[in-house]
Amino acid sequence: MASIAEPIARLIAELNKLPGIGPKSAQRLTYYLLHTPDEEVKSLGDAILFLKEKVELCSVCFNITDRNPCPICQDKERDHSKICVVEKPSDIIPLERTGKYEGVYHVLHGTISPAQGIGPQELKVKELLYRLQDNSVAEVILATNPTIEGEATAMYLRQMIRPMGIHISRLARGLPFGSDLEYADDMTLAQALEGRQEF
Amino acid sequence: MAAPHVYQTRAIVLRQSKIGEADRIVTIYTPELGKLKAIAKGACRPGSKLGGNVEPLTYSSMMLAKGRNLDIITQSQTIDAFLALRKDLWHMACGLYTLELVDSSTLENSENSPLFDLLLNALRWLCQSENDKTVVRYFELHLLHHLGYRPQLRRCVNCNSSLNPVINFFSYGQGGILCPHCNQKEPVPRPLSVDALKVLRLWQGCDYATASRVKMSSKLSSELKQVMQGYMRYLFQRELKSMAWLEELEKKSLVDNNYGTN
Ligand SMILES: [Zn+2]
Ligand SMILES: [Zn+2]
Repeated sequence: MASIAEPIARLIAELNKLPGIGPKSAQRLTYYLLHTPDEEVKSLGDAILFLKEKVELCSVCFNITDRNPCPICQDKERDHSKICVVEKPSDIIPLERTGKYEGVYHVLHGTISPAQGIGPQELKVKELLYRLQDNSVAEVILATNPTIEGEATAMYLRQMIRPMGIHISRLARGLPFGSDLEYADDMTLAQALEGRQEF
Repeated sequence: MAAPHVYQTRAIVLRQSKIGEADRIVTIYTPELGKLKAIAKGACRPGSKLGGNVEPLTYSSMMLAKGRNLDIITQSQTIDAFLALRKDLWHMACGLYTLELVDSSTLENSENSPLFDLLLNALRWLCQSENDKTVVRYFELHLLHHLGYRPQLRRCVNCNSSLNPVINFFSYGQGGILCPHCNQKEPVPRPLSVDALKVLRLWQGCDYATASRVKMSSKLSSELKQVMQGYMRYLFQRELKSMAWLEELEKKSLVDNNYGTN
């Protein structure tokens, strides 16, 4: 790589770290940016920096937000007695897109993974149980992925929440086992949401 | 002779991790090839035919294609998804523990078909059984046997004298039981009750059906757990992560709460 100018090699290496971008794409993007007008490149750079500077976790639901509490948690039109529990912030996007869900969310930031030593302490579980303590929540919808780890997490939450007498449901099995909510199509997800089952 | 380009095998999925957007690296245990890592392309997408068939805790029939580094799983059909284990937190934890034990005690590409059979059977026993602690202990004891660490339980490992029905001692370093006399030189004495020794001896030589008929007090059960897990920690020189998860569930009394319901 010594023949390539250092700034170019550096950007290629950085882009290559991104998901879905292999060495060839990284190279193509780098040379594309080299020929892009200065102000556009600057705007892209600013957007990336802003992402980290202006964004934080909502203190209620732990979604990523630039306002705290986040717009969903602040929305009085939404049903705050329903909490949909998801693994990661990007899982909220497809659920919102279905337009079928009027409740609020809770983001765990991961799943229980015994083989990797990730337990409930590493997730926003304590924070969820805290939210459930003031008797204002009637239903918890467990929307963790239909994977082994998602199931383990859902079963653990069920056992922790059940003594509180709150209704617990789980997304219906429109979702094939082993899949990821983030990549589910809208129809499948809307069906899974409507057909959520007692858990 | 060149290895075939495409091959078929039965496999138990031990572990998997995501790479890239939607691909997965899957660690499988097979009867003929032992442990190996393979790639499942696009397995995270809901439309994927591979998805659920390459999740940990599945027993599948797989087609693999030789790859440059890792082989590629081209087809996978589930033979048994051990559904009873997936419906219960504690049983799932026991199942994941057996997987981690096999994963961390074996090397890639070293065939051990008795160990494969043991793992498959243990997962099936866990599905049928409420006697899950016996399954786990029996599995550990026989896993050690198939790995060449069968503990010597009949005679003193040091002086070879036959053991009396008194409290004897377990030596991790010497891989078996020490009589009270020989134990005096051990830096850390690990006493083993007469009942615990009896159960271990019986289990070492019998099939699971017989083993599962042993009724144990919770005191005896926890003694057996301590001795087996201590010995494995010593042999593998590491903490097993899913062992910690089992401990946590036991501590929170989330054991067996709703087995059979739902
Ligand atoms: Zn929020
Ligand atoms: Zn001796």
